[in-house]
Amino acid sequence: MRKHWGLLGLFLLVCMVTALCGTNFLTAYNLMNLVQRTALFSILALGVGIVIGTGGIDLSLGSVVCLVGIAVPWLLIEHGWSPWAVVPIVMAGSAFIGLAHGLLITRLRLQPFLVTLCGLLLYRGIARWMTGDQSQGFQGGFAELREIAVGRIPLPGLDTFRLPATAIPLIALAVVVALVLSRTIWGRWLLATGSNEAAARYSGIPTGRIITGAYVACSLLAGLGGMLFIFDVGSAQPSDFGNFYELYAIAAAVLGGCSLRGGSVSVVGIVLGTATLQVLRNSIILLGLGSQLEFAVIGAVLLAGVAADELVRRWHGARLERRSAL
Amino acid sequence: MPSLPTVRTILRVHGIGRRFAGVAALDGIDAEIRAGEVLAIVGENGAGKSTLLKILSGVLPPSTGSLEAIDDHGRPHELRWRSVAEAAQAGIAFVHQEPSLADHLDLAGAILLGREHHRLGWLNTRSMRVEAARWLARVGLDLDPSTLCGSLSIAQRQLVEIAKALSANARILILDEPTSSLGDREIERLLAMLDELRRSGVAIVYVSHHLDEVLSIADRAIVLRDGRIAGTIDRASMDRATLERLMVGRDLAQTALRPSLDDAPARLVVDRVISAHRQRHPNSLTVKRGEIVGLAGLVGSGRTRLLEAIAGLGHAGGSITLDGRALGTTIAQRVASGVAIVPEDRARHGLFTPDPVSTNISMAWLPRGAHAGVIDRAGERDLVAGMITRLRLRPANPARRVQTLSGGNQQKTMLGRWLSIEPSVLLLDEPTRGVDVGARHDLHEAIRAAATAGCAVLFASSDLEEVLALADRILVMHDGAIVGEFTRAQATELAIMSLATGGALEAAR
Repeated sequence: MRKHWGLLGLFLLVCMVTALCGTNFLTAYNLMNLVQRTALFSILALGVGIVIGTGGIDLSLGSVVCLVGIAVPWLLIEHGWSPWAVVPIVMAGSAFIGLAHGLLITRLRLQPFLVTLCGLLLYRGIARWMTGDQSQGFQGGFAELREIAVGRIPLPGLDTFRLPATAIPLIALAVVVALVLSRTIWGRWLLATGSNEAAARYSGIPTGRIITGAYVACSLLAGLGGMLFIFDVGSAQPSDFGNFYELYAIAAAVLGGCSLRGGSVSVVGIVLGTATLQVLRNSIILLGLGSQLEFAVIGAVLLAGVAADELVRRWHGARLERRSAL
Repeated sequence: MPSLPTVRTILRVHGIGRRFAGVAALDGIDAEIRAGEVLAIVGENGAGKSTLLKILSGVLPPSTGSLEAIDDHGRPHELRWRSVAEAAQAGIAFVHQEPSLADHLDLAGAILLGREHHRLGWLNTRSMRVEAARWLARVGLDLDPSTLCGSLSIAQRQLVEIAKALSANARILILDEPTSSLGDREIERLLAMLDELRRSGVAIVYVSHHLDEVLSIADRAIVLRDGRIAGTIDRASMDRATLERLMVGRDLAQTALRPSLDDAPARLVVDRVISAHRQRHPNSLTVKRGEIVGLAGLVGSGRTRLLEAIAGLGHAGGSITLDGRALGTTIAQRVASGVAIVPEDRARHGLFTPDPVSTNISMAWLPRGAHAGVIDRAGERDLVAGMITRLRLRPANPARRVQTLSGGNQQKTMLGRWLSIEPSVLLLDEPTRGVDVGARHDLHEAIRAAATAGCAVLFASSDLEEVLALADRILVMHDGAIVGEFTRAQATELAIMSLATGGALEAAR
């Protein structure tokens, strides 16, 4: 937790500035909305965080969100399939995508950046071709199913703020990922593989399986995210649904202290990083800065955060070296 | 060779000491470096030679003690340099074992690097070549200054490096194992050239473990042992026996008793194994239960590849059995059956560097201490604490980041990772490379203890002293194949070297 003080400070600072500027930041509606978006994006960021932990990257998850998000209403409405068939099928499809990435990376030794960049183009193209580039939606149906994402759970003692239902899967997933990473051999092996793949291999760790597993987990979470996103919004265009989501997820993970060199992942950092990005987007709109500035602001904050982190690390490393030289 | 009457002390070393993470690598060194004299520094591996050289050349600051330069009027000035550049300014030049010159530069450019002749930024190539030719002549190199460095042999590179040092006005020339990659004739020429330099008043610090060279050129020799000066000998009383006795010191008496292995059953049986790296020769060997077998041979003779093939990295043919059962093909399967490898390159293949000592030690043990994948954290703590005590790891702090440890303690961490699974087979590639004396002793003890407990140990080492000290039996490799075998009693350095360089077995014995 100690290494997240900086990020926590930034998060609180943005919240305070926005709230003090007399905007609608602290209204229950806005806060519910923020929690909802944070939960949805955190699920994606957790997935890419796992992959980043192995020293890899997944650029395709925005397109996986799109493909799954489009496929769900397409199969339910256009083809009239049962939800009992659709949900398992799209999750299996997501897992298959991750398996393909993992095998291409570990068996064929292709670079993760390339494999998932091709995935980014491929899945978006498939989604657009499959639907004839037509917008897909639930047309008012499947209201019970969509409650998973649009439901609001009343909290005792609070009248207007009700907890968005997506917070439940997020909390469950965050706890599971955190426990797997810190308490199980697979988590230890995953981080060891990211930290030094050769050393992991020499230690008898099945690095190929670990890396493949990470890509499967990432695509599964992207698929789950895609499903929740489409339940949330109701209908979407295959041409822009999920655009840049991979970059939000990667940015959140990096802001949350995951090193792109691999070997370190923090679940708390990932969720906090996602929350910070979502609050930033929110403030830009509330403060009337114009949403055109959104990417510029996020880019600048990310750069500043990463630079500050690197400086602190260097200062800390130099201190360690001095101490050990005595 | 008579020493000259013009000898004058130009650098005085007072009580220099250096500690790494609590272990003294060097302690209380006093020495004088004199103009026009060759001072040899000898000692076993790990005796502190390289640490002393690093301090003299400004790479490392000393923990204690001081350096004093004596100027032409006999006045002392304390030296406090913090970098190689400052040491170079004070006239001290370090010539590396394997000089790294920029391949794309010509000789003139390389010799005058950083001191180029120019007019308004335009290089004056002609005058640079004239000056470079003068320095090349001084070191006896008959080469055109426009030759590219990339085309030089190692011997020539070394001379160019010396020329570069002289051109920068070096008064003290430090040579670290300058002959390690040279042939006999090149060594002769180098020694003759150094003699010339000595006559012209340059002070030369010459580090080598080839005593013949030391005897032929040194005016004085300092013998280091365990980080201290074991003796300083003048030319008059210098002979091989004295140097050797001082170098080895009490260590001679300290050969640990090894149990008899005559009745021990074969544990590791390697039958015609071929490694995947285009190695043609199939190799076979057997290691008994409790036996320590050493693989000797030159760099590139295939020792590492053989060890890795046995470990399951690049195994391309042949069979390997452990206690009569065939081993699986992947390294993960072999580790699960108790085969462990400590690789040669700790940083690249061994350590998880941002991580603490504890996770580095427990990495291989984890599956054995886990229930349904969940790590037994109390068990892990006990294991790590036990291993730190057993191997005398310093500092004894499991949370310490492993990259802040000394080489010896990093190597102990690596060995600890494998001792914690009580391996049946322990493969070690250069088990004590870059390790100080104390740690080396601890590592050898831990390896012997593992063997006594029944482990079959197979290790490769370029250090013949280590091979002779540790191995019960020695296999010699040459050009990818095992070419001979010695028992500990038969083996001598000379015999091993002769086989390793392609000599015949009968002649070697």
